[in-house]
Amino acid sequence: MATLEIRDLHVTVEADNATKEILKGVDLTVKQGETHAIMGPNGSGKSTLAYSLAGHPKYTITSGTVTLDGEDVLEMSVDERARAGLFLAMQYPVEVPGVSVSNFLRTSATAIRGEAPKLRTWVKEVKETMERLHMDPSFAERNVNEGFSGGEKKRHEILQLELLKPKVAILDETDSGLDVDALRIVSEGVNRVRETGETGTLLITHYTRILRYIKPDHVHVFAGGRIVESGGPELADKLENEGYEAYVKGGASA
Amino acid sequence: MAEAQNSPTLNSVRAGGPPPAGSTTAGQIAVAAESTVATRMSAPPSFDVADFPVPHGREEEWRFTPLERLRGLHDGTAVATGDGVKVDVQAPEGVTVETVGRDDARIGRAGTPVDRVAAQAYSAFEKAGVVTVPKETVLTEPIRIAVHGEGGVAYGHQVVELGAFAEAVVVIDHTGDAVLAANVDYVLGDGAKLTVVSVQDWDDKAVHVGQHNALIGRDATFKSFVVTFGGDLVRLHPRVAYAGTGGEAELFGLYFTDAGQHQEHRLLVDHNTPHCKSNVAYKGALQGEAAHAVWIGDVLIEAKAEGTDTYEMNRNLVLTDGARVDSVPNLEIETGEIVGAGHASATGRFDDEQLFYLMARGIPEHEARRLVVRGFFAELVQQIGVADIQERLLAKIDQELEAAVA
Repeated sequence: MATLEIRDLHVTVEADNATKEILKGVDLTVKQGETHAIMGPNGSGKSTLAYSLAGHPKYTITSGTVTLDGEDVLEMSVDERARAGLFLAMQYPVEVPGVSVSNFLRTSATAIRGEAPKLRTWVKEVKETMERLHMDPSFAERNVNEGFSGGEKKRHEILQLELLKPKVAILDETDSGLDVDALRIVSEGVNRVRETGETGTLLITHYTRILRYIKPDHVHVFAGGRIVESGGPELADKLENEGYEAYVKGGASA
Repeated sequence: MAEAQNSPTLNSVRAGGPPPAGSTTAGQIAVAAESTVATRMSAPPSFDVADFPVPHGREEEWRFTPLERLRGLHDGTAVATGDGVKVDVQAPEGVTVETVGRDDARIGRAGTPVDRVAAQAYSAFEKAGVVTVPKETVLTEPIRIAVHGEGGVAYGHQVVELGAFAEAVVVIDHTGDAVLAANVDYVLGDGAKLTVVSVQDWDDKAVHVGQHNALIGRDATFKSFVVTFGGDLVRLHPRVAYAGTGGEAELFGLYFTDAGQHQEHRLLVDHNTPHCKSNVAYKGALQGEAAHAVWIGDVLIEAKAEGTDTYEMNRNLVLTDGARVDSVPNLEIETGEIVGAGHASATGRFDDEQLFYLMARGIPEHEARRLVVRGFFAELVQQIGVADIQERLLAKIDQELEAAVA
């Protein structure tokens, strides 16, 4: 069973000619088939955790370890991490002019699967997945994320999640900026992947709203660059009622 | 600007991301009684090289060009060697292919040399090539003109003429090594349709300077692709003027400038006739130390050219440090009675966030770069319509990128 293990992860970022520590000792284990929600206020370092795991060059790991099935993730390049089974659904997907969605998806699937998918089955697979996400077929001919609305960008991220079938999926504020209909469609996509039992899901969010559609097994409160409390789904209810205030104060004094 | 009564969109000089160090993107729109396009040249157009002073490098039209690398084309010291270039023309049936003396009346009708090297080429060539497609002849296969450099110095002149309502595709393919100054005339009869693909796929040391003049007949359509990959120094001067109303020009260009290469494209569209259209789109990628691309896009809308519709665009993608782009769109408008006029120029770096996004989907770095650069050029490549040239071009792009990774 695939397991992502994060131990005492410290991460810094360069800003305004100064080095700032954003992650201050994160410990977390995500197993295949599990869904973890990481919830926290703005600026707590949630997105830094997501991007650090994916290997964004902006972030420097100063100490700690990340392993996927015992393999050292931090030693891997960005593309190696993806091929090892990590997937990051981004909060702000990047426009890639001149590269069509269909070309992009096929190139990506070829890289992840280690061989080009058979054309006939691939076209069908993409078409059906797009239909389930309520995406028009013409979408495949558009350039990656170029001119996409917020909702289209997120659906496109989930389309990739469904096609690439990662061992561990990190969803960075996938719910932000979505109306209720789009949130439901996107959540259904995530749930289809979860129901396979093949993927561990790390759901990073600011709001509890998405948890009505995607039921987490574990909820973690993230504040001040680390996990300050962990629990079951009931912890989300507590956050819904009480907000992050208690944690923010605690984080500031830590 | 008050004269622009039809409120054309005259804007959008923009920079896509921070331009690479040393690169310039300038742009101007002038509404002028007197043309700066004409006055900033150091001498009036002439067929005689003696009418042009030897450039020293500070002239407006020479300031971006490293004169010492012209190998004497600009100062009279480059003497034709006889083993300069070999020209081979393959033409489908119905096309006339001739080699003529310099007194042939068909030479020089599309335009007059505007700088010293173009005049030098005109003054020094011995024989000119003339390719004629008779009126109403519609070709289904391209005419191919192969210009292969054999290592020497050469001067040349080529005429391509289409009779009324003729349709043709012409591929001029430059390969090998040479020091070459050569001009081309394209003369389009009324209603003719000509597509020209000029490929500069030279070896590393080649020097190639030329002026390409197109004279577009009434209701004729001229489509040009200038594709520059090779050479130590390539400096081309594609120019268009109209012989009648209703003419259309599409000028497309692609260049891939490598370490040490100087590739310069200086365009002029002279809207000298009412109700004509022009669309200019040049795209370049650069990589490596001292790669230098220059793009000058002059569009002149003369006072009599009412109903003109024109747009010009230059985009550059800088893949590594050390490369430099100078991009100067220049639109000059002498009448406000036009349909539209605009220009845009953008020079951007390869975007690391794009790279991250693609790599985060498992795509290896070299493959990700390839996707982005191919994508950058794709919209232009697809329009060429000559399959073997398109394939060769894409292969060339891949090859250039591989070389950069190695």
